[in-house]
Amino acid sequence: MVWGRDLRRAGLAAALGVMLPTGIVLPLGTAMADPVKVGLVSTLSGPSAVLGQHMRDGFLLAVKEMGGKLGGQETEVIVVDDELKPDVAVQKVKGLLDRDKVDFVAGVVFSNVMGAVVKPVTGNETFLISGNAGPSTIAGAGCSPFFFSASYQNDQNHEVLGQYAQQKGFKKVVLMAPNYQAGKDAIAGFKRHYKGEVVEEMYTQLGQLDFSAELAKIAAAKPDAFFTFMPGGMGVNLVKQYRQAGLADTIPFLSAFTVDETTLPATGDAALGFYSGAPWAPNLDVPANKAFVAAFEKEYGYIPALYAAQGYDAAKLIDSAIKATGGKLSDKEAVRAALKKADFTSVRGNFKFNTNQFPIQDFYLVKVGKRPDGKVETMVDEKVFSNYGDVYAAKCEMK
Amino acid sequence: MSTTLLLVQVLNGLQLGVLLFLVAAGLTLVFGVMDVINLAHGVQYMLGAYLMVTATALTGSFWLGLPLALVAALVLGLVLERLVIRPLYGRDHLEQVLATFGVILFVNEGVKMVWGAAPLAIPMPDALSGSIRLMDGLNYTVYRLALLGAGLLVAGGLYLLVTRTRSGMLLRAGASNAPMVSALGVDIGALFAKVFAFGAMLAAFAGAMAGPILSVEPGMGDGLLILAFVVIVIGGIGSIRGAFVAALLVGLIDTLGRSFLTDLLKLVLPPSDATQVGPALASMSVYLLMACVLFFRPRGLFPAPA
Repeated sequence: MVWGRDLRRAGLAAALGVMLPTGIVLPLGTAMADPVKVGLVSTLSGPSAVLGQHMRDGFLLAVKEMGGKLGGQETEVIVVDDELKPDVAVQKVKGLLDRDKVDFVAGVVFSNVMGAVVKPVTGNETFLISGNAGPSTIAGAGCSPFFFSASYQNDQNHEVLGQYAQQKGFKKVVLMAPNYQAGKDAIAGFKRHYKGEVVEEMYTQLGQLDFSAELAKIAAAKPDAFFTFMPGGMGVNLVKQYRQAGLADTIPFLSAFTVDETTLPATGDAALGFYSGAPWAPNLDVPANKAFVAAFEKEYGYIPALYAAQGYDAAKLIDSAIKATGGKLSDKEAVRAALKKADFTSVRGNFKFNTNQFPIQDFYLVKVGKRPDGKVETMVDEKVFSNYGDVYAAKCEMK
Repeated sequence: MSTTLLLVQVLNGLQLGVLLFLVAAGLTLVFGVMDVINLAHGVQYMLGAYLMVTATALTGSFWLGLPLALVAALVLGLVLERLVIRPLYGRDHLEQVLATFGVILFVNEGVKMVWGAAPLAIPMPDALSGSIRLMDGLNYTVYRLALLGAGLLVAGGLYLLVTRTRSGMLLRAGASNAPMVSALGVDIGALFAKVFAFGAMLAAFAGAMAGPILSVEPGMGDGLLILAFVVIVIGGIGSIRGAFVAALLVGLIDTLGRSFLTDLLKLVLPPSDATQVGPALASMSVYLLMACVLFFRPRGLFPAPA
């Protein structure tokens, strides 16, 4: 890993700096204080590995930019792969807590993994900083003083599209999602603000490849808009087939977690003009974001997705807390108070914490467009929610 | 529900069936002739798609890339046969399942190391990217029709190969009594190697052809492999004709179930229950079909002569 090498180099330079004036040769280890340890849990194998890769790269980029340090302290980031299996994740997280004695656990792409690791981590009084997953249970009654979300609450991105469809005055829509919990949550999230008629609500098999049957039904229903949540490869298939079926020209394609920088390399121009909802886009006009996207592309050679931005922000959030407490991480109350301030420059611009320690932030309708260099990315189209918190915060008893 | 929509859905079903047939044909050949359960057939489909990505990128053309990818898949099939499959002839099915499952894990990770974890795409050839308006608001790409045609051509070609040629005769003979064929002076090892590589190439052809409409990603063959097994079990293991009929049947049942089951259930159930039950039942439909076929014809619709 590149940053690891740089870290060692930085450590060596620091050690040399200590040695030279005095002329005493110290063993490397004693020249450095105990480093801050962060366990980064991400999904790095299996079909969804690309999401985890974005998040990991975003997090590590932030650490690298700060010279391998968080809050001015030497930092060791231990990256573990949860394999998208809750049981594996729990095992590896226990290793991070018991063996490595990490100060923070960060990351976690998927909600089912988050559901499994949240108790072991927060029960151990270790801070858990979500880089993506934001299930309603943790946002609501199951909230914890040791859990902070650097991302969003799961329903919110779907709500953006529902709100947009409502504002636009779309009279009838067709909804489609895979037949599992997250799919049903997506449909419920869309309907929260949408009051028009849902003419068709389709649930497809998880992992479905061919959508021609569903596309024919959409064409027959002639809705004003189509909303879908179709993550990963399913989304790539759907986007291509939607375009090929000629529906893209007549029925607006609204989606969440379907067209983003993880799938756009595969869909390419087929996704042009398709909509998504997100708290961030690569072209979001915030100075910190411009610098982040440029640095990310230079370092890794691909356009960052939301997961990368959130990973980056998670590292910056931890950095701010360590700085504010002067590295005294044993005082949990002080660390929590520092985290709650969210005293860092988010690539998303507006960012503060709600009572349930989930963000209050802006959400945008984003649209797939072409950059001057010919690459496709999601671009901010309009702001749909300002300073928007989630609906579950009321159920959280923390103040 | 209009007649047009029904016809469109039947066409969609046939098309899915043909894609399934392309994958299942190789699987049933290898299983029927060599008595090897090849779970790695799904990754051969995936490799076909990935090789096609590289081949079209290298040559800049779909038509030049296709033969290149197929030859590469054929060679990889031969290598896999030599390294993994050959020691497994005559061994227990469980050992074959274990070894070929290992190949799945190995190749899925390997593909990710070579091509990366993000899904990739194969550009559709310009000549076939036009579309026909099937019904109001819905187009059907010429490519899908070409896919349907290609599948039917392969089916016809395989039929002729198996029933009309000398290789086909050896193939059928090898399937019913391999030691006897060997005793008559035919190199059965070489025959098996050819059959296996040919099966791998068929799977790769399916992957390469599916690339322009589906996403090319690690693990893309795993889901399809299960359906392919359902197809060959319904059709009768080892029977190309059975695989063809079963593939079309599975494609039709799956597509029609997905399109109309929920609406039909709404006639007898409250709408909210129907939206719950419909999709679940639709995704089970092909397995229910398999259970029914196995109940009445335990050896499949067209059992190969023992």
